Amino acid sequence: MYRDARHNPSRLEEAMQIYLPIAEVSVNAFLLLGLGGMVGILSGMFGVGGGFLMTPLLFFIGIPPAVAVATEANQIVASSFSGVLAHFRRRTVDLKMGTVLLVGGLAGAALGVILFNYLKSLGQVDLLVKLCYVVFLGVIGSLMFVESLNALRKSRKGGTPPAKRRQRGWIHALPFKMRFRTSGLYISVIPPVLVGLFVGVLSAIMGVGGGFIMVPAMIYLLGMPTKVVVGTSLFQIIFVTAFTTMLHATTNYTVDVVLAVLLLVGGVVGAQIGTVIGARMPAEQLRVLLAALVLLVCGKLALDLLLQPAELFSLGDAGGH
Amino acid sequence: MLRLILALCLVCLPVHAAEEQVVLGLSQDRVSITANFDGSEILVFGAVKREAPIPEGPPLEVIVSIVGPSEPVTVRRKEKKFGIWVNTDSLVVDLAPSFYAVATSAPFSEVLTQTEDLRYKVSVERAIRSVGADMNIKGAQDFSAAVIRIREDEGLYSIRENTVAVDEETLFRTSIDMPSDLTEGDYTARIFLTRGGKVVSSMETSIDVRKVGLERILYTMSREQPIWYGLMSLAIAIAAGWGASTAFRLLREN
Repeated sequence: MYRDARHNPSRLEEAMQIYLPIAEVSVNAFLLLGLGGMVGILSGMFGVGGGFLMTPLLFFIGIPPAVAVATEANQIVASSFSGVLAHFRRRTVDLKMGTVLLVGGLAGAALGVILFNYLKSLGQVDLLVKLCYVVFLGVIGSLMFVESLNALRKSRKGGTPPAKRRQRGWIHALPFKMRFRTSGLYISVIPPVLVGLFVGVLSAIMGVGGGFIMVPAMIYLLGMPTKVVVGTSLFQIIFVTAFTTMLHATTNYTVDVVLAVLLLVGGVVGAQIGTVIGARMPAEQLRVLLAALVLLVCGKLALDLLLQPAELFSLGDAGGH
Repeated sequence: MLRLILALCLVCLPVHAAEEQVVLGLSQDRVSITANFDGSEILVFGAVKREAPIPEGPPLEVIVSIVGPSEPVTVRRKEKKFGIWVNTDSLVVDLAPSFYAVATSAPFSEVLTQTEDLRYKVSVERAIRSVGADMNIKGAQDFSAAVIRIREDEGLYSIRENTVAVDEETLFRTSIDMPSDLTEGDYTARIFLTRGGKVVSSMETSIDVRKVGLERILYTMSREQPIWYGLMSLAIAIAAGWGASTAFRLLREN
């Protein structure tokens, strides 16, 4: 029965075919709502932004990479905004640290868009975006996979992991120290600015918030207390992705607001469902699943780059020549 | 003797052109791309107007083509470098139509000769122009062939032989599907009447393909007021994010 429905699209399905004004393709609205919802559920379950999954999925359904990246930045503004409100109520946002990260982030986003547009003029931007994804998804997926397997093994043995000592190395030898009261830190502003810069570049090139890089960096590199990490990173992400959206909208005209709205409606609903599911399920097993999913997406992207494509030629605008 | 007949034929041809003329109808002369646009079908029909009886000789054939606006296109070729497939050579094809459909009443080679095709630029190969082909690139003609192949796969270019119905050498009709991912612009519908592979009459009319309504507003705004468009996108995103989190908080508190 399901197959029949696919072969003979019903009236409703036909009516739900929606033309995206900027991407200039016609896509099924249910597919977009479903994708948004699915990634939303995952992000609710694991507390991740989901941009790093959504953008490659958009490539797979035929949205041009430049539009996918810019639109995803816009969608992340929405999901981060709803997230940061909850953290403000719980007072778990370090505004001062967030601002320092933001300064780096804005500079990074500008650099990223310049790089993006330069490679776009060379016709290499799809390659850049996909390579970045293969590298980051590969590294993060493998790390998560190994870590969650270890955690699974430990939870079976029943032992507690040894407490980590806070590092006091080269980071504390750097100049321009500043006091961050909420985080209880007195460190140089150089490392947070650099972390922000790096995440800003990624946000512009990959259409991600960058929480998956920033959160570990804040915990292990800057030594911030875990409870303020997520709120502070969301605070930074809102402004950096908003800035990225504006840069893409004004230089590439690639922000598709219809696509963004459909994704975020699905995403916001999915995230709420995901939070409920996540609270009721064993965290370690879920992490293995997420890691496997990340590796799967990475593998698909890598295969596209490694295997000889059926069509060696591709067409692009000749604009700007 | 043969030469005389040939000369006679040549003299006769322009007469034919005046004797047989196309009268054309279109089911629609504008295509509106709306939010739920998923392609369109244009019915092209018409009749042959003539003062004299139907001429002797080869039968009347009809070619209908719908041509989208032409634009330069950058074609890139991938090569394997460092183990992955990377775009290397690129070539700008000066003009390539965004849409090209040709419907004929018989196999293409029978309805039009090569020379007439060159003259009237009917087949898609003739419509693509790439003068400034870079001599440093191997197989420059592969690039324009690639444009045709890729757009044929996407349903943008097509040749539909034997799809024009001709009745009594006078009435003709055909329908041409247009896919959902159309580029905006002024499209041209061209009709050629041929006899023995030679064009005896032709006419052109335009079809207006436009985004309308919300699609139009958003597209124009994104190009002409990108700053406001960006700010609007952000405002919508923030409102949706805030709205959803408030709605769910209220739901949970109740």
